[in-house]
Amino acid sequence: MTSILSIARLELLIARRNLWVATAIVLMATFNVVLTIAGNAPTGVLGAGPMTVSITSITTLSVYLMPLIGLLLSFDAISGEAERGTLTLSLSYPLSRAEILLGKFFAHLLVLGVAVAIGLSITAAIIAFRHEVAATEWRALIVLYFTSLALGATFLGLGYTISALVKQTGAASGVAIALWLIAVVLYDLGLLGALVADAGGTFTKTIFPYALVANPADAFRLLNMPDQSVNMLSSGLGAASSATGLGGQLASLLVWPIAALLFALLAFRKVEP
Amino acid sequence: MTALNIQHVVKRHGDLETVSDVSLTVEAGERVALLGHNGAGKTTIIKMVLGLMPISQGTIDVLGNHPGSAAARRQTGYLPESVAFHGALTGREQLHHFARLKSVPLKQADDLLDRVGLGHAADRRISTYSKGMRQRIGLAQVVLGQPKLAILDEPTSGLDPVSRHEFYDIVEEMAHNGSAVMLSSHALTELELRTDRIAILSQGQLVANDSLQQLRERASLPIRFKVTASTDTIESVSDKLGGTRVNCQSVELMCRPDEKIGVLSAITALGPVVKDVDVTPASLEELYRHFSRIEEKSS
Repeated sequence: MTSILSIARLELLIARRNLWVATAIVLMATFNVVLTIAGNAPTGVLGAGPMTVSITSITTLSVYLMPLIGLLLSFDAISGEAERGTLTLSLSYPLSRAEILLGKFFAHLLVLGVAVAIGLSITAAIIAFRHEVAATEWRALIVLYFTSLALGATFLGLGYTISALVKQTGAASGVAIALWLIAVVLYDLGLLGALVADAGGTFTKTIFPYALVANPADAFRLLNMPDQSVNMLSSGLGAASSATGLGGQLASLLVWPIAALLFALLAFRKVEP
Repeated sequence: MTALNIQHVVKRHGDLETVSDVSLTVEAGERVALLGHNGAGKTTIIKMVLGLMPISQGTIDVLGNHPGSAAARRQTGYLPESVAFHGALTGREQLHHFARLKSVPLKQADDLLDRVGLGHAADRRISTYSKGMRQRIGLAQVVLGQPKLAILDEPTSGLDPVSRHEFYDIVEEMAHNGSAVMLSSHALTELELRTDRIAILSQGQLVANDSLQQLRERASLPIRFKVTASTDTIESVSDKLGGTRVNCQSVELMCRPDEKIGVLSAITALGPVVKDVDVTPASLEELYRHFSRIEEKSS
Protein backbone atom coordinates (compact mmCIF):
# COMPACT_ATOMS: atom_id res chain seq x y z
CA MET A 1 0.00 0.00 0.00
CA THR A 2 2.86 2.41 0.80
CA SER A 3 4.31 1.70 -2.62
CA ILE A 4 0.99 2.44 -4.37
CA LEU A 5 0.64 5.69 -2.44
CA SER A 6 4.21 6.70 -3.16
CA ILE A 7 3.76 6.12 -6.87
CA ALA A 8 0.42 7.96 -6.85
CA ARG A 9 2.05 10.85 -5.06
CA LEU A 10 4.89 11.04 -7.58
CA GLU A 11 2.49 10.83 -10.52
CA LEU A 12 0.37 13.63 -9.04
CA LEU A 13 3.45 15.81 -8.71
CA ILE A 14 4.32 15.12 -12.34
CA ALA A 15 0.74 15.81 -13.48
CA ARG A 16 0.72 19.08 -11.57
CA ARG A 17 4.11 20.22 -12.89
CA ASN A 18 3.23 19.21 -16.44
CA LEU A 19 0.13 21.38 -16.08
CA TRP A 20 -2.09 18.38 -16.73
CA VAL A 21 -4.12 19.16 -13.62
CA ALA A 22 -4.49 22.80 -14.63
CA THR A 23 -5.38 21.89 -18.22
CA ALA A 24 -8.04 19.41 -17.17
CA ILE A 25 -9.59 21.84 -14.68
CA VAL A 26 -9.56 24.81 -17.08
CA LEU A 27 -11.03 22.64 -19.84
CA MET A 28 -13.86 21.26 -17.70
CA ALA A 29 -14.61 24.59 -16.03
CA THR A 30 -14.68 26.59 -19.27
CA PHE A 31 -16.95 24.20 -21.09
CA ASN A 32 -19.29 23.84 -18.13
CA VAL A 33 -19.63 27.62 -17.73
CA VAL A 34 -20.28 28.13 -21.44
CA LEU A 35 -22.76 25.26 -21.69
CA THR A 36 -24.61 26.19 -18.53
CA ILE A 37 -25.01 29.84 -19.46
CA ALA A 38 -25.78 29.18 -23.13
CA GLY A 39 -28.06 26.26 -22.31
CA ASN A 40 -30.13 28.40 -19.97
CA ALA A 41 -31.50 30.74 -22.64
CA PRO A 42 -34.18 28.55 -24.32
CA THR A 43 -35.45 27.00 -21.09
CA GLY A 44 -38.95 28.32 -21.38
CA VAL A 45 -39.43 27.13 -24.93
CA LEU A 46 -38.36 23.55 -24.24
CA GLY A 47 -40.21 23.32 -21.01
CA ALA A 48 -37.41 21.35 -19.41
CA GLY A 49 -35.77 22.43 -16.16
CA PRO A 50 -32.60 24.53 -16.45
CA MET A 51 -30.56 21.77 -14.86
CA THR A 52 -31.78 19.14 -17.32
CA VAL A 53 -30.74 21.31 -20.25
CA SER A 54 -27.28 21.95 -18.77
CA ILE A 55 -26.70 18.32 -17.87
CA THR A 56 -27.72 17.21 -21.33
CA SER A 57 -25.22 19.63 -22.92
CA ILE A 58 -22.46 18.69 -20.49
CA THR A 59 -23.12 14.99 -21.05
CA THR A 60 -22.85 15.39 -24.82
CA LEU A 61 -19.53 17.16 -24.39
CA SER A 62 -18.20 14.80 -21.71
CA VAL A 63 -18.70 11.86 -24.06
CA TYR A 64 -15.86 13.35 -26.11
CA LEU A 65 -13.86 15.03 -23.38
CA MET A 66 -13.59 12.37 -20.66
CA PRO A 67 -12.14 9.67 -22.95
CA LEU A 68 -9.79 12.24 -24.47
CA ILE A 69 -8.41 13.48 -21.14
CA GLY A 70 -8.22 9.90 -19.86
CA LEU A 71 -6.15 8.79 -22.84
CA LEU A 72 -3.94 11.89 -22.73
CA LEU A 73 -3.10 11.22 -19.09
CA SER A 74 -2.35 7.55 -19.62
CA PHE A 75 -0.89 6.93 -23.07
CA ASP A 76 2.75 7.42 -22.02
CA ALA A 77 2.44 5.96 -18.51
CA ILE A 78 4.42 2.84 -19.41
CA SER A 79 5.98 3.64 -22.79
CA GLY A 80 7.34 6.92 -21.44
CA GLU A 81 9.04 5.14 -18.56
CA ALA A 82 10.38 2.50 -20.92
CA GLU A 83 11.89 5.23 -23.11
CA ARG A 84 13.42 7.07 -20.19
CA GLY A 85 14.86 3.86 -18.81
CA THR A 86 13.10 4.21 -15.47
CA LEU A 87 10.86 1.19 -16.15
CA THR A 88 13.66 -1.35 -15.64
CA LEU A 89 14.56 0.52 -12.48
CA SER A 90 10.98 0.53 -11.14
CA LEU A 91 10.68 -3.17 -11.89
CA SER A 92 13.87 -3.93 -9.97
CA TYR A 93 12.33 -2.39 -6.85
CA PRO A 94 10.44 -4.59 -4.40
CA LEU A 95 6.96 -3.85 -5.75
CA SER A 96 4.63 -5.63 -8.14
CA ARG A 97 3.51 -4.45 -11.54
CA ALA A 98 -0.05 -4.26 -10.25
CA GLU A 99 1.11 -1.80 -7.59
CA ILE A 100 2.85 0.39 -10.17
CA LEU A 101 -0.27 0.41 -12.35
CA LEU A 102 -2.66 1.08 -9.45
CA GLY A 103 -0.50 3.94 -8.18
CA LYS A 104 -0.61 5.64 -11.55
CA PHE A 105 -4.32 4.91 -11.90
CA PHE A 106 -5.24 6.48 -8.55
CA ALA A 107 -3.25 9.62 -9.33
CA HIS A 108 -4.79 10.05 -12.77
CA LEU A 109 -8.29 9.28 -11.49
CA LEU A 110 -7.82 11.95 -8.84
CA VAL A 111 -6.86 14.48 -11.52
CA LEU A 112 -10.07 13.63 -13.40
CA GLY A 113 -12.11 13.65 -10.20
CA VAL A 114 -10.94 17.12 -9.20
CA ALA A 115 -11.46 18.56 -12.69
CA VAL A 116 -15.00 17.16 -13.06
CA ALA A 117 -15.92 18.16 -9.50
CA ILE A 118 -14.84 21.75 -10.10
CA GLY A 119 -16.66 21.88 -13.44
CA LEU A 120 -19.92 20.53 -12.04
CA SER A 121 -19.73 22.74 -8.94
CA ILE A 122 -19.53 25.75 -11.20
CA THR A 123 -22.58 24.53 -13.12
CA ALA A 124 -24.55 24.02 -9.90
CA ALA A 125 -23.51 27.45 -8.62
CA ILE A 126 -24.56 29.20 -11.81
CA ILE A 127 -27.97 27.48 -11.82
CA ALA A 128 -28.56 28.20 -8.15
CA PHE A 129 -27.58 31.82 -8.68
CA ARG A 130 -29.65 32.40 -11.82
CA HIS A 131 -32.70 30.46 -10.78
CA GLU A 132 -33.00 29.14 -7.29
CA VAL A 133 -31.30 26.51 -5.20
CA ALA A 134 -34.29 24.19 -5.70
CA ALA A 135 -33.56 24.12 -9.43
CA THR A 136 -30.34 22.15 -8.86
CA GLU A 137 -31.03 18.48 -9.33
CA TRP A 138 -28.48 16.91 -6.99
CA ARG A 139 -29.21 13.38 -7.98
CA ALA A 140 -28.59 14.04 -11.67
CA LEU A 141 -25.39 15.89 -10.81
CA ILE A 142 -24.06 13.07 -8.66
CA VAL A 143 -24.92 10.49 -11.31
CA LEU A 144 -23.18 12.62 -13.92
CA TYR A 145 -20.12 12.96 -11.67
CA PHE A 146 -19.63 9.28 -10.98
CA THR A 147 -20.44 8.11 -14.48
CA SER A 148 -17.98 10.70 -15.85
CA LEU A 149 -15.30 9.19 -13.63
CA ALA A 150 -16.24 5.67 -14.72
CA LEU A 151 -15.95 6.74 -18.35
CA GLY A 152 -12.63 8.47 -17.67
CA ALA A 153 -11.33 5.46 -15.70
CA THR A 154 -12.18 3.15 -18.61
CA PHE A 155 -10.05 5.18 -20.97
CA LEU A 156 -7.25 5.48 -18.41
CA GLY A 157 -7.12 1.68 -18.35
CA LEU A 158 -7.28 1.45 -22.13
CA GLY A 159 -4.54 4.09 -22.36
CA TYR A 160 -2.26 2.02 -20.08
CA THR A 161 -3.00 -1.05 -22.19
CA ILE A 162 -1.93 0.81 -25.33
CA SER A 163 1.11 2.17 -23.53
CA ALA A 164 2.21 -1.32 -22.52
CA LEU A 165 1.52 -2.92 -25.91
CA VAL A 166 3.04 -0.17 -28.06
CA LYS A 167 6.41 0.59 -26.55
CA GLN A 168 7.11 3.89 -28.33
CA THR A 169 5.41 6.96 -26.94
CA GLY A 170 4.86 8.43 -30.40
CA ALA A 171 3.14 5.31 -31.70
CA ALA A 172 1.15 5.02 -28.46
CA SER A 173 -0.26 8.52 -28.91
CA GLY A 174 -1.34 7.64 -32.47
CA VAL A 175 -3.09 4.46 -31.34
CA ALA A 176 -4.75 6.37 -28.47
CA ILE A 177 -6.19 8.97 -30.84
CA ALA A 178 -7.42 6.22 -33.14
CA LEU A 179 -9.12 4.48 -30.23
CA TRP A 180 -10.74 7.74 -29.17
CA LEU A 181 -12.10 8.34 -32.68
CA ILE A 182 -13.50 4.82 -32.88
CA ALA A 183 -15.09 4.87 -29.43
CA VAL A 184 -16.76 8.26 -29.53
CA VAL A 185 -17.42 8.85 -33.25
CA LEU A 186 -17.01 5.92 -35.60
CA TYR A 187 -18.72 3.33 -33.40
CA ASP A 188 -21.93 5.35 -33.31
CA LEU A 189 -21.75 6.10 -37.00
CA GLY A 190 -21.35 2.39 -37.68
CA LEU A 191 -24.36 1.54 -35.52
CA LEU A 192 -26.44 4.23 -37.19
CA GLY A 193 -25.44 2.91 -40.60
CA ALA A 194 -26.41 -0.62 -39.55
CA LEU A 195 -29.74 0.66 -38.20
CA VAL A 196 -30.54 2.37 -41.48
CA ALA A 197 -29.56 -0.69 -43.52
CA ASP A 198 -31.50 -3.02 -41.25
CA ALA A 199 -34.64 -0.86 -41.31
CA GLY A 200 -36.21 -2.16 -38.13
CA GLY A 201 -35.25 -5.83 -38.66
CA THR A 202 -33.75 -8.31 -36.21
CA PHE A 203 -30.53 -6.31 -35.79
CA THR A 204 -32.44 -3.31 -34.51
CA LYS A 205 -34.40 -5.36 -32.01
CA THR A 206 -31.87 -7.90 -30.76
CA ILE A 207 -28.27 -6.85 -31.34
CA PHE A 208 -28.39 -3.07 -31.47
CA PRO A 209 -29.47 -2.36 -27.86
CA TYR A 210 -26.61 -4.45 -26.53
CA ALA A 211 -24.13 -3.11 -29.06
CA LEU A 212 -25.05 0.38 -27.96
CA VAL A 213 -24.51 -0.09 -24.23
CA ALA A 214 -21.42 -2.21 -24.90
CA ASN A 215 -19.69 1.05 -25.73
CA PRO A 216 -19.09 2.81 -22.40
CA ALA A 217 -19.38 6.21 -24.09
CA ASP A 218 -22.89 5.37 -25.28
CA ALA A 219 -23.87 3.84 -21.95
CA PHE A 220 -22.73 7.08 -20.34
CA ARG A 221 -24.74 9.16 -22.77
CA LEU A 222 -27.92 7.12 -22.31
CA LEU A 223 -27.65 7.11 -18.54
CA ASN A 224 -27.29 10.87 -18.27
CA MET A 225 -29.97 11.87 -20.74
CA PRO A 226 -33.28 11.54 -19.00
CA ASP A 227 -35.15 13.26 -21.80
CA GLN A 228 -35.26 10.92 -24.77
CA SER A 229 -36.36 13.65 -27.14
CA VAL A 230 -33.01 15.40 -26.84
CA ASN A 231 -31.04 12.39 -27.87
CA MET A 232 -29.56 12.26 -31.30
CA LEU A 233 -30.14 8.55 -31.63
CA SER A 234 -33.80 9.02 -30.78
CA SER A 235 -35.15 6.45 -33.22
CA GLY A 236 -33.23 3.47 -31.92
CA LEU A 237 -32.98 4.67 -28.40
CA GLY A 238 -36.42 3.63 -27.25
CA ALA A 239 -35.64 0.04 -28.15
CA ALA A 240 -32.25 0.29 -26.55
CA SER A 241 -33.53 1.64 -23.30
CA SER A 242 -36.27 -0.91 -22.97
CA ALA A 243 -34.09 -3.88 -23.86
CA THR A 244 -31.11 -3.16 -21.66
CA GLY A 245 -32.44 -0.39 -19.47
CA LEU A 246 -30.64 1.28 -16.63
CA GLY A 247 -29.17 -2.07 -15.55
CA GLY A 248 -27.35 -2.53 -18.83
CA GLN A 249 -26.00 1.00 -18.80
CA LEU A 250 -24.82 0.75 -15.21
CA ALA A 251 -23.28 -2.66 -15.82
CA SER A 252 -21.39 -1.31 -18.82
CA LEU A 253 -20.00 1.61 -16.82
CA LEU A 254 -19.07 -0.65 -13.91
CA VAL A 255 -17.53 -3.48 -15.89
CA TRP A 256 -15.55 -1.37 -18.36
CA PRO A 257 -13.23 0.41 -15.91
CA ILE A 258 -12.38 -2.88 -14.18
CA ALA A 259 -11.96 -4.76 -17.45
CA ALA A 260 -9.77 -1.99 -18.90
CA LEU A 261 -7.49 -2.07 -15.84
CA LEU A 262 -7.26 -5.86 -16.12
CA PHE A 263 -6.33 -5.57 -19.80
CA ALA A 264 -3.67 -3.06 -18.81
CA LEU A 265 -2.29 -5.38 -16.14
CA LEU A 266 -2.19 -8.32 -18.55
CA ALA A 267 -0.40 -6.21 -21.16
CA PHE A 268 1.99 -4.78 -18.56
CA ARG A 269 2.84 -8.26 -17.25
CA LYS A 270 3.99 -9.20 -20.76
CA VAL A 271 6.35 -6.22 -21.02
CA GLU A 272 9.97 -7.38 -20.91
CA PRO A 273 12.03 -4.27 -20.25
CA MET B 1 29.56 -14.98 1.74
CA THR B 2 28.55 -15.30 -1.88
CA ALA B 3 26.12 -12.52 -2.77
CA LEU B 4 25.65 -13.45 -6.39
CA ASN B 5 26.11 -16.92 -7.79
CA ILE B 6 25.64 -17.45 -11.51
CA GLN B 7 26.02 -21.09 -12.57
CA HIS B 8 26.12 -22.30 -16.19
CA VAL B 9 23.61 -19.75 -17.34
CA VAL B 10 22.42 -19.83 -20.94
CA LYS B 11 20.09 -17.35 -22.62
CA ARG B 12 18.54 -18.14 -25.97
CA HIS B 13 16.39 -15.92 -28.15
CA GLY B 14 15.03 -18.47 -30.62
CA ASP B 15 18.11 -19.98 -32.29
CA LEU B 16 20.39 -17.19 -31.15
CA GLU B 17 22.40 -17.87 -28.01
CA THR B 18 23.27 -14.49 -26.48
CA VAL B 19 24.73 -15.89 -23.25
CA SER B 20 26.46 -19.29 -23.35
CA ASP B 21 27.29 -21.20 -20.20
CA VAL B 22 28.43 -18.31 -18.04
CA SER B 23 29.43 -19.00 -14.43
CA LEU B 24 30.41 -16.11 -12.20
CA THR B 25 30.29 -15.32 -8.49
CA VAL B 26 30.51 -12.08 -6.59
CA GLU B 27 31.39 -12.22 -2.91
CA ALA B 28 30.28 -9.71 -0.29
CA GLY B 29 32.59 -6.71 -0.30
CA GLU B 30 33.97 -7.55 -3.72
CA ARG B 31 33.89 -5.32 -6.79
CA VAL B 32 33.66 -7.21 -10.06
CA ALA B 33 33.77 -5.51 -13.43
CA LEU B 34 31.95 -7.04 -16.36
CA LEU B 35 33.66 -6.09 -19.61
CA GLY B 36 32.62 -6.71 -23.15
CA HIS B 37 31.71 -4.85 -26.29
CA ASN B 38 28.16 -4.02 -27.26
CA GLY B 39 26.14 -7.18 -27.67
CA ALA B 40 28.56 -9.31 -25.65
CA GLY B 41 25.74 -10.17 -23.22
CA LYS B 42 26.46 -7.86 -20.28
CA THR B 43 23.03 -6.28 -20.06
CA THR B 44 21.35 -9.64 -20.70
CA ILE B 45 23.17 -11.15 -17.71
CA ILE B 46 22.24 -8.14 -15.56
CA LYS B 47 18.57 -8.45 -16.53
CA MET B 48 18.55 -12.14 -15.71
CA VAL B 49 20.13 -11.42 -12.32
CA LEU B 50 17.39 -8.87 -11.64
CA GLY B 51 14.72 -11.34 -12.68
CA LEU B 52 13.58 -9.09 -15.50
CA MET B 53 14.34 -11.74 -18.10
CA PRO B 54 13.76 -15.50 -17.86
CA ILE B 55 16.84 -17.76 -17.82
CA SER B 56 16.90 -20.40 -20.56
CA GLN B 57 19.20 -22.77 -18.66
CA GLY B 58 21.34 -22.78 -15.53
CA THR B 59 20.77 -21.13 -12.17
CA ILE B 60 21.23 -17.72 -10.61
CA ASP B 61 21.19 -17.27 -6.86
CA VAL B 62 20.88 -13.77 -5.41
CA LEU B 63 21.70 -13.76 -1.68
CA GLY B 64 20.14 -17.18 -1.31
CA ASN B 65 17.00 -16.19 -3.21
CA HIS B 66 15.51 -16.62 -6.62
CA PRO B 67 16.34 -13.70 -8.95
CA GLY B 68 13.42 -11.28 -9.09
CA SER B 69 11.84 -12.60 -5.88
CA ALA B 70 10.70 -10.00 -3.36
CA ALA B 71 13.49 -10.99 -0.96
CA ALA B 72 16.13 -10.65 -3.68
CA ARG B 73 14.79 -7.31 -4.89
CA ARG B 74 14.72 -5.89 -1.38
CA GLN B 75 18.46 -6.43 -1.02
CA THR B 76 19.52 -5.40 -4.50
CA GLY B 77 20.38 -1.93 -5.76
CA TYR B 78 20.40 -1.36 -9.50
CA LEU B 79 21.48 1.45 -11.78
CA PRO B 80 20.24 1.00 -15.36
CA GLU B 81 22.27 2.09 -18.36
CA SER B 82 21.64 5.77 -19.27
CA VAL B 83 18.66 6.29 -17.00
CA ALA B 84 16.75 9.57 -17.28
CA PHE B 85 14.48 10.48 -14.41
CA HIS B 86 11.37 12.58 -15.02
CA GLY B 87 12.48 16.16 -15.60
CA ALA B 88 9.45 17.66 -13.84
CA LEU B 89 10.55 16.32 -10.44
CA THR B 90 13.26 17.66 -8.18
CA GLY B 91 16.16 15.47 -7.16
CA ARG B 92 14.87 15.36 -3.60
CA GLU B 93 11.35 14.32 -4.62
CA GLN B 94 12.71 11.57 -6.84
CA LEU B 95 15.03 10.21 -4.16
CA HIS B 96 12.36 10.45 -1.44
CA HIS B 97 10.14 8.34 -3.68
CA PHE B 98 12.82 5.66 -3.94
CA ALA B 99 13.35 5.82 -0.18
CA ARG B 100 9.63 5.20 0.38
CA LEU B 101 9.66 2.25 -2.01
CA LYS B 102 12.65 0.79 -0.17
CA SER B 103 11.11 1.61 3.25
CA VAL B 104 14.17 3.65 4.17
CA PRO B 105 13.90 6.81 6.33
CA LEU B 106 13.71 10.00 4.23
CA LYS B 107 16.56 11.42 6.29
CA GLN B 108 18.89 8.90 4.68
CA ALA B 109 17.86 10.15 1.24
CA ASP B 110 18.63 13.73 2.27
CA ASP B 111 22.02 12.72 3.63
CA LEU B 112 22.78 10.85 0.44
CA LEU B 113 22.00 13.90 -1.67
CA ASP B 114 24.76 15.69 0.20
CA ARG B 115 27.02 12.66 -0.03
CA VAL B 116 26.80 12.57 -3.84
CA GLY B 117 27.29 16.33 -4.03
CA LEU B 118 23.74 17.29 -4.96
CA GLY B 119 22.83 19.05 -1.73
CA HIS B 120 22.78 22.46 -3.39
CA ALA B 121 20.67 21.28 -6.35
CA ALA B 122 18.33 18.93 -4.49
CA ASP B 123 15.30 21.21 -4.84
CA ARG B 124 15.84 22.06 -8.47
CA ARG B 125 14.08 20.19 -11.23
CA ILE B 126 15.95 17.26 -12.74
CA SER B 127 15.44 18.81 -16.19
CA THR B 128 17.99 21.46 -15.19
CA TYR B 129 20.59 18.84 -14.17
CA SER B 130 23.67 17.93 -16.15
CA LYS B 131 24.21 14.34 -17.22
CA GLY B 132 26.64 13.86 -14.35
CA MET B 133 24.13 15.14 -11.79
CA ARG B 134 21.43 12.79 -13.10
CA GLN B 135 23.82 9.89 -12.84
CA ARG B 136 24.48 10.87 -9.21
CA ILE B 137 20.77 10.62 -8.46
CA GLY B 138 20.97 7.18 -10.03
CA LEU B 139 23.88 6.19 -7.83
CA ALA B 140 22.25 7.66 -4.72
CA GLN B 141 19.17 5.46 -5.21
CA VAL B 142 21.45 2.41 -5.47
CA VAL B 143 23.19 3.25 -2.20
CA LEU B 144 19.83 3.88 -0.42
CA GLY B 145 19.24 1.23 2.20
CA GLN B 146 22.78 -0.17 1.85
CA PRO B 147 21.89 -3.09 -0.48
CA LYS B 148 23.82 -6.34 -0.14
CA LEU B 149 24.21 -6.51 -3.91
CA ALA B 150 24.67 -3.51 -6.19
CA ILE B 151 24.45 -3.85 -9.96
CA LEU B 152 25.62 -0.93 -12.04
CA ASP B 153 25.15 -1.01 -15.81
CA GLU B 154 27.61 1.32 -17.55
CA PRO B 155 27.56 3.65 -14.56
CA THR B 156 30.24 6.11 -15.67
CA SER B 157 29.47 6.57 -19.36
CA GLY B 158 29.25 10.28 -20.09
CA LEU B 159 30.83 11.36 -16.80
CA ASP B 160 33.84 13.66 -16.62
CA PRO B 161 37.02 12.35 -14.91
CA VAL B 162 36.36 14.14 -11.60
CA SER B 163 32.80 12.80 -11.38
CA ARG B 164 34.09 9.33 -12.22
CA HIS B 165 36.59 9.54 -9.46
CA GLU B 166 33.93 10.55 -6.94
CA PHE B 167 31.67 7.85 -8.32
CA TYR B 168 34.24 5.16 -7.63
CA ASP B 169 34.83 6.57 -4.16
CA ILE B 170 31.21 5.85 -3.36
CA VAL B 171 31.41 2.39 -4.94
CA GLU B 172 34.48 1.71 -2.82
CA GLU B 173 32.66 2.80 0.30
CA MET B 174 29.75 0.49 -0.53
CA ALA B 175 32.11 -2.45 -0.97
CA HIS B 176 33.87 -1.48 2.24
CA ASN B 177 30.52 -1.66 4.04
CA GLY B 178 30.04 -5.19 2.78
CA SER B 179 28.05 -4.79 -0.44
CA ALA B 180 28.91 -6.96 -3.40
CA VAL B 181 29.25 -4.76 -6.47
CA MET B 182 28.98 -5.90 -10.07
CA LEU B 183 29.45 -3.20 -12.67
CA SER B 184 29.76 -3.19 -16.40
CA SER B 185 31.83 -0.58 -18.13
CA HIS B 186 33.41 0.55 -21.35
CA ALA B 187 35.79 2.96 -19.66
CA LEU B 188 38.52 0.42 -19.20
CA THR B 189 41.36 2.50 -17.78
CA GLU B 190 39.43 3.60 -14.71
CA LEU B 191 38.63 0.01 -13.77
CA GLU B 192 42.29 -0.93 -13.40
CA LEU B 193 42.65 0.52 -9.96
CA ARG B 194 39.10 0.46 -8.75
CA THR B 195 37.90 -3.12 -9.07
CA ASP B 196 38.98 -6.35 -7.45
CA ARG B 197 38.22 -8.70 -10.30
CA ILE B 198 37.57 -8.41 -14.00
CA ALA B 199 35.29 -10.70 -15.99
CA ILE B 200 35.53 -10.41 -19.76
CA LEU B 201 32.61 -11.43 -21.92
CA SER B 202 32.92 -12.03 -25.61
CA GLN B 203 30.01 -13.18 -27.76
CA GLY B 204 28.10 -14.40 -24.75
CA GLN B 205 31.00 -16.40 -23.28
CA LEU B 206 33.09 -15.66 -20.26
CA VAL B 207 36.65 -15.58 -21.64
CA ALA B 208 38.44 -14.35 -18.54
CA ASN B 209 37.58 -13.92 -14.87
CA ASP B 210 40.45 -12.94 -12.61
CA SER B 211 42.26 -10.08 -10.91
CA LEU B 212 44.09 -7.66 -13.19
CA GLN B 213 47.44 -8.99 -11.94
CA GLN B 214 46.57 -12.57 -12.81
CA LEU B 215 45.14 -11.59 -16.18
CA ARG B 216 48.37 -9.77 -17.04
CA GLU B 217 50.44 -12.83 -16.13
CA ARG B 218 48.23 -15.16 -18.10
CA ALA B 219 48.23 -13.02 -21.19
CA SER B 220 51.96 -12.20 -20.81
CA LEU B 221 51.56 -9.26 -23.13
CA PRO B 222 54.74 -7.30 -23.92
CA ILE B 223 55.90 -4.48 -21.68
CA ARG B 224 56.71 -1.24 -23.41
CA PHE B 225 59.85 0.79 -22.59
CA LYS B 226 60.43 4.30 -23.74
CA VAL B 227 64.02 5.50 -23.22
CA THR B 228 64.77 9.16 -23.66
CA ALA B 229 68.27 10.47 -24.30
CA SER B 230 69.43 13.60 -26.12
CA THR B 231 69.77 14.23 -29.85
CA ASP B 232 73.47 13.46 -30.00
CA THR B 233 73.45 10.40 -27.74
CA ILE B 234 70.30 8.73 -28.99
CA GLU B 235 72.18 7.00 -31.84
CA SER B 236 74.41 5.06 -29.47
CA VAL B 237 71.54 4.23 -27.14
CA SER B 238 69.58 2.86 -30.03
CA ASP B 239 72.56 0.77 -31.15
CA LYS B 240 73.02 -0.77 -27.72
CA LEU B 241 69.39 -1.46 -26.86
CA GLY B 242 67.80 -2.12 -30.23
CA GLY B 243 64.18 -1.12 -30.60
CA THR B 244 62.74 1.58 -32.78
CA ARG B 245 63.48 5.30 -32.86
CA VAL B 246 60.27 7.25 -32.26
CA ASN B 247 61.68 10.74 -32.55
CA CYS B 248 65.17 12.19 -32.48
CA GLN B 249 65.42 11.73 -28.70
CA SER B 250 63.68 8.49 -27.76
CA VAL B 251 63.78 4.80 -28.41
CA GLU B 252 60.89 2.42 -27.88
CA LEU B 253 61.33 -1.24 -27.17
CA MET B 254 59.14 -4.13 -26.09
CA CYS B 255 59.90 -7.21 -24.04
CA ARG B 256 58.12 -10.14 -22.45
CA PRO B 257 57.26 -9.74 -18.74
CA ASP B 258 59.97 -12.22 -17.67
CA GLU B 259 62.63 -10.22 -19.54
CA LYS B 260 61.69 -7.01 -17.83
CA ILE B 261 64.47 -6.92 -15.22
CA GLY B 262 67.12 -7.80 -17.81
CA VAL B 263 66.08 -4.90 -20.05
CA LEU B 264 65.96 -2.53 -17.11
CA SER B 265 69.51 -3.34 -16.06
CA ALA B 266 70.69 -2.93 -19.66
CA ILE B 267 69.16 0.54 -19.64
CA THR B 268 70.64 1.53 -16.30
CA ALA B 269 74.06 0.23 -17.48
CA LEU B 270 74.05 3.02 -20.06
CA GLY B 271 74.57 5.49 -17.24
CA PRO B 272 73.92 9.20 -17.44
CA VAL B 273 73.12 9.30 -21.19
CA VAL B 274 69.65 8.08 -20.30
CA LYS B 275 67.55 11.03 -19.30
CA ASP B 276 64.28 9.24 -18.62
CA VAL B 277 62.65 5.80 -18.80
CA ASP B 278 58.93 5.02 -19.04
CA VAL B 279 57.80 1.47 -18.35
CA THR B 280 54.23 0.67 -19.33
CA PRO B 281 52.70 -2.74 -18.67
CA ALA B 282 49.88 -3.95 -20.91
CA SER B 283 46.80 -1.81 -20.32
CA LEU B 284 43.40 -3.26 -19.61
CA GLU B 285 42.44 -2.28 -23.14
CA GLU B 286 45.15 -4.53 -24.56
CA LEU B 287 44.27 -7.34 -22.18
CA TYR B 288 40.65 -7.02 -23.13
CA ARG B 289 41.46 -7.18 -26.83
CA HIS B 290 43.79 -10.12 -26.19
CA PHE B 291 41.16 -12.21 -24.39
CA SER B 292 38.35 -11.30 -26.76
CA ARG B 293 40.50 -12.25 -29.72
CA ILE B 294 41.50 -15.65 -28.34
CA GLU B 295 37.83 -16.49 -28.03
CA GLU B 296 37.00 -15.31 -31.51
CA LYS B 297 39.83 -17.36 -33.01
CA SER B 298 38.84 -20.56 -31.25
CA SER B 299 35.17 -20.26 -32.10
